[in-house]
Order: sequence, then structure tokens, then C-alpha cells
Amino acid sequence: MADPMRVRAAENGGIVDVKILMKHDMESGQRKDAAGKTIPAWFISTINVKANGKDVLNGQFGPAVSKDPFLNFKYKGAKGDKIVVSWVDSKGDKRTDEATAS
Amino acid sequence: AQEWNKAAFEGKSLDDVFKVLGAGTPDKSGAVTLNAPDIAENGAVVPVGITTTLKAEQMAILVEKNPSALAAQFFIPAGTEPFVTTRIKMGQTSNVYALVKADGKWSMSVKEVKVTLGGCGG
Repeated sequence: MADPMRVRAAENGGIVDVKILMKHDMESGQRKDAAGKTIPAWFISTINVKANGKDVLNGQFGPAVSKDPFLNFKYKGAKGDKIVVSWVDSKGDKRTDEATAS
Repeated sequence: AQEWNKAAFEGKSLDDVFKVLGAGTPDKSGAVTLNAPDIAENGAVVPVGITTTLKAEQMAILVEKNPSALAAQFFIPAGTEPFVTTRIKMGQTSNVYALVKADGKWSMSVKEVKVTLGGCGG
């Protein structure tokens, strides 16, 4: 099981600012190990964010997104919104974490 | 949600990705703002953000000189602000492109980011 994400959501003036820090190596597929063999790419490929069960963002990443991906976006919402963030990586590993807008 | 767009992420050049996204050659537009540093000391972590005054339904970040040009793309449902920030890897100094699809039409903004330490090798 992958490590948990950190999810922060703060409402201000009807806009919820969501910041997500995922924990993932995001192996680029460009690096070589000590023996000179290419290390295969392994990265978060899709991410979905829901607020109160409704999609507020869908993202697709390639291996060029940095290690431990960071994401910041804003949607029209309210304090107390239940935010659910899920990602799937290129090996099919998954992780879901939740936060409440404050 | 949309399937991960394998063909787009495997596109080597900007034109490959434009073709897969059906973007044609996007017009440069002042309505699209790309927030990226002039100089990135560490190519492994380059903060990049897109904002626009258009009603964006889709946004994408492309790096011209990366092995695959497309770094990330986002689908923006109604009610979500046309604003996304993330961090990407850059192998070398390159133009970075912010693409926005609004009302079925693609627009873009371009900025060169100088990289002093590459982020793709090892």
C-alpha cells in the first residue's frame, strides 16, 4: 500500500483552495541503475478529486511530473465539503485519502 | 473519467501531442497565463501553473525538449476555477507550453525556463 497523501482544503469567499501532496517516486524511465540498466518508468497516471461526491478535478500525469507530486487547484465550494482524492499509478497501485474543507 | 491518454503521453514532440489532443496549432493567447520560473536551479522540481480568463475545460503542460513533451493534463469540470499548479521535471533548458481548451478551441502560452541542473538523468 502506498503512503498517504497530505490534503489541505481551505474555503475563502466561496472558493475552496485544495493543495495535495502525493507520496510517489515518479520514476521517469530515463534513469539507469548502477549496472547501467534503465530503470522502468513507474508513475501516478490518473488522479481524481471529488467534493461531496462530485468531480472537481481530473488529472493525467506522465513520468515528467516531479517525485512526490504536488497539485493545487480551486473550486466553488463551502466549509465542511468532504474532499476525496484518489490516484492510480502505472502499475495499478491505488491510494485514496480524504479531507474536509475548513 | 477519461482513460489515461497513452498516445498523448508517448508523443515525443510538441506536434505529436498537438495532433493526439486534436489541438491543431494552438493560437498564442494573452488570456492564458503560464506561471513558471525564468531559471530553475533544480530541473527535478520546476513549479508550473496555468491560469486563464477563458472558460477552460481542459488544460495541459508541455515541455518541448523533454523525452516526451506532455507532462500533465487536467480536465476542469464546471464549478472548478481555471487554475492548476503542479511541479514537473525538465531534462534541460526548454520552452514550456501551457495549453487551454475552452469552447472547443485550444489556446496557449509559451515561456522559456532555463535549467541549470537536469532532472531526468540520474
